[in-house]
Amino acid sequence: MSDASERSLSLSKGRSSTSSDRMLPPTSPRGVGNLRGEDRFPVAARRTLADTQLRRNLGKATTTIRAKRAQVVAELPDWEQLREAGRQLKVHTMAHLPDYLAQLESAVIARGGVVHWARDANEANAIVIDLVRAKGVDEVVKVKSMATQEIGLNEALEQEGIAALETDLAELIVQLGHDKPSHILVPAIHRNRAEIREIFLREMADADPALTDEPVALAGAARQHLRRKFLSAKVAISGANFGIAETGTLGVVESEGNGRMCLTMPDTLITIMGIEKLVPRWQDLEVFLQLLPRSSTGERMNPYTSMWTGVTPGDGPQEFHLILLDNGRTAVLADAEGRDALNCIRCSACLNVCPVYERTGGHAYGSVYPGPIGAILSPQLTGIEDNASLPYASSLCGACYDVCPVKINIPEILVHLRAKHTETYAAEHRVPSAEASALAAAAWVMSDRKRWTYALRSGRLGRILGRKRDAIGEVPLPLVKQWTDARDFARPPKQTFRDWWAAEHGGDR
Amino acid sequence: MRTALFITCLADALFPEVGKATVQLLERLGEEVEFPAEQTCCGQMHVNTGYQKQALPLVERFAEVFSPYDAIVAPSGSCVGSVRHQHVVIAERFGSPTLVQQVKAVAANTYELSEYLVDVLGVTDVGAYFPHRVTYHPTCHSMRMLRVGDKPIKLLQAVEALELVELPAADQCCGFGGTFAIKNADTSTAMLADKMRNVLDTGAEMCTAGDSSCLMHIGGGLSRLRAGAKTVHLAQILAATREQPMVLGRGERQAEVHAGPEAVL
Repeated sequence: MSDASERSLSLSKGRSSTSSDRMLPPTSPRGVGNLRGEDRFPVAARRTLADTQLRRNLGKATTTIRAKRAQVVAELPDWEQLREAGRQLKVHTMAHLPDYLAQLESAVIARGGVVHWARDANEANAIVIDLVRAKGVDEVVKVKSMATQEIGLNEALEQEGIAALETDLAELIVQLGHDKPSHILVPAIHRNRAEIREIFLREMADADPALTDEPVALAGAARQHLRRKFLSAKVAISGANFGIAETGTLGVVESEGNGRMCLTMPDTLITIMGIEKLVPRWQDLEVFLQLLPRSSTGERMNPYTSMWTGVTPGDGPQEFHLILLDNGRTAVLADAEGRDALNCIRCSACLNVCPVYERTGGHAYGSVYPGPIGAILSPQLTGIEDNASLPYASSLCGACYDVCPVKINIPEILVHLRAKHTETYAAEHRVPSAEASALAAAAWVMSDRKRWTYALRSGRLGRILGRKRDAIGEVPLPLVKQWTDARDFARPPKQTFRDWWAAEHGGDR
Repeated sequence: MRTALFITCLADALFPEVGKATVQLLERLGEEVEFPAEQTCCGQMHVNTGYQKQALPLVERFAEVFSPYDAIVAPSGSCVGSVRHQHVVIAERFGSPTLVQQVKAVAANTYELSEYLVDVLGVTDVGAYFPHRVTYHPTCHSMRMLRVGDKPIKLLQAVEALELVELPAADQCCGFGGTFAIKNADTSTAMLADKMRNVLDTGAEMCTAGDSSCLMHIGGGLSRLRAGAKTVHLAQILAATREQPMVLGRGERQAEVHAGPEAVL
């Protein structure tokens, strides 16, 4: 076992009551949060693929962002060195995570903040609820945050009678539409402006009935609506893009300035940060603040970068709580082949280049983390069998790996997780799956030249199917149907290659 | 130098024309090619579907069969990608240290066809003649795993009478992805629809690539639509000459799937 997983195990041991050294760290619990979908990916995708509006919006948006990203990345002669630096910083941090977390905790406390440790979504939600209740309020404002969506914080607060208002424009659209985000960075990418206007008129009590669907008018309506809330809110909740161990500084990177309003105006700020968001030193931001905006929005520099360290008397929130969230991350760290998924800085470049995501959209993945990164992160956070279809939601084209700013080898981890699934399935079931049996049979046939030669020749039987057009059309049999529904199949040749070779060149077949 | 042809299981079973074309091309260029009959499959399907351990005998077999050769050439970017990148992973996880060494040595000598022609033989003009309008689809594994770059394009540009037209959004996956095409048939088909639209927009008669698997997928879709355009392997284009041109199909029985246009030489 490697250095990092040993450390992480000892960390979780210290925090849990179990005495077993061998126990693997827990994955994210069921029944809370938004990491598991209701349907398997192929089923959910069939539904979303039929959504014309979604296909059009996504096609347009991803093509635009892809081109912008490619342009600004090409401007930097040292882009590949930057990627490598980003990767190494993350790998180093993950290998020393317990130490850096302890350092961060001390630094935050030294600057007047309070640090909480949450093993999972339930613990994190409970901590927030207690903190908000102690303030005696029933409304909080929120900065766009993936971690709070992951743990289902809004739903948990709602159950306790606390309203959580999303202040990021797109998140607000999603929230008012009683919808779910479909992209890490552009959560309302599946909505068009007519839909947004309708949502605002229906759900925003203070919207002007004469509101048009002009983007400027829509943004103006949201702005007015949100300003009132910023001025009245006592408690704000945020996530964090970075936590700096050396100084105890937290950072949020956003484009609208609404996040900064939340981070500066209310009296109390509660930040929920996944434990993997750490960087060791202030200087490390030099790398990430170049990588992140160019990869995510195709911007050279990020518009609003807010940084805060503990509490500053007379300036900004006077009470600051940092909740460090595990929720399955230590379990990911324990897998040497899968742990690089934790290096993700949530830029969403992989979503934007993914041919699968571009067509199915984010909802098909059933998790707040969609696209290629979601396909390797969600199954690891929940345990592979709770999201077993996600590692297969990829053609392994490799476009994601090429654009990842921290060089996460997503295709390789997808393949690793596929193996993890089949091995887990085999261990939990007495009867092998039909697929496992078929592939075992294939391996048996392919392990012997004679068996292989006969199997190839028997393919000639398929010639009868294709006799009319010299191609095989629809065949309503399981598996074959999956292919022939949309594509013809090649009519097997009269002679396999090896038989031709033997006939031409002599020798064994 | 001993050169072996790794035909790939797919071409052996379904697309022998691709293998024949590869052999004819290499022999025309003065190469002596051997076909080790013990070869079967690289095991990529097993690895990519999640059955890594079951791939071990296939990885061992590949290393054993091809170890005696100085160069191994295959008409597939994807299978070569598997040999070069996946075999070592499987060997390290399930095999012996000896196998790891063997696998690494064989991988270093394994080439995709365009790499072999351009990098090993040092030719771009192979003396081919192909009087057709053609578009080229860079398959994902040849582009991103092997980084063949513009080698296939250079080879195509040197073909006499060939009109090469650029494929829009060429770098997008066609949607094949091995068992992905079956497990996620709807998504795969949606990707295929866009690829076919782009192919047809070029007005090309034929779409070519270095992988029979992707061509089987694109060609199967075009055939279903009776779109007229076909798919043909790069090796088949490069094998055709003025003296022995490629004849598409035989009589009225014209194969529309990449089975394919049979090279009657």
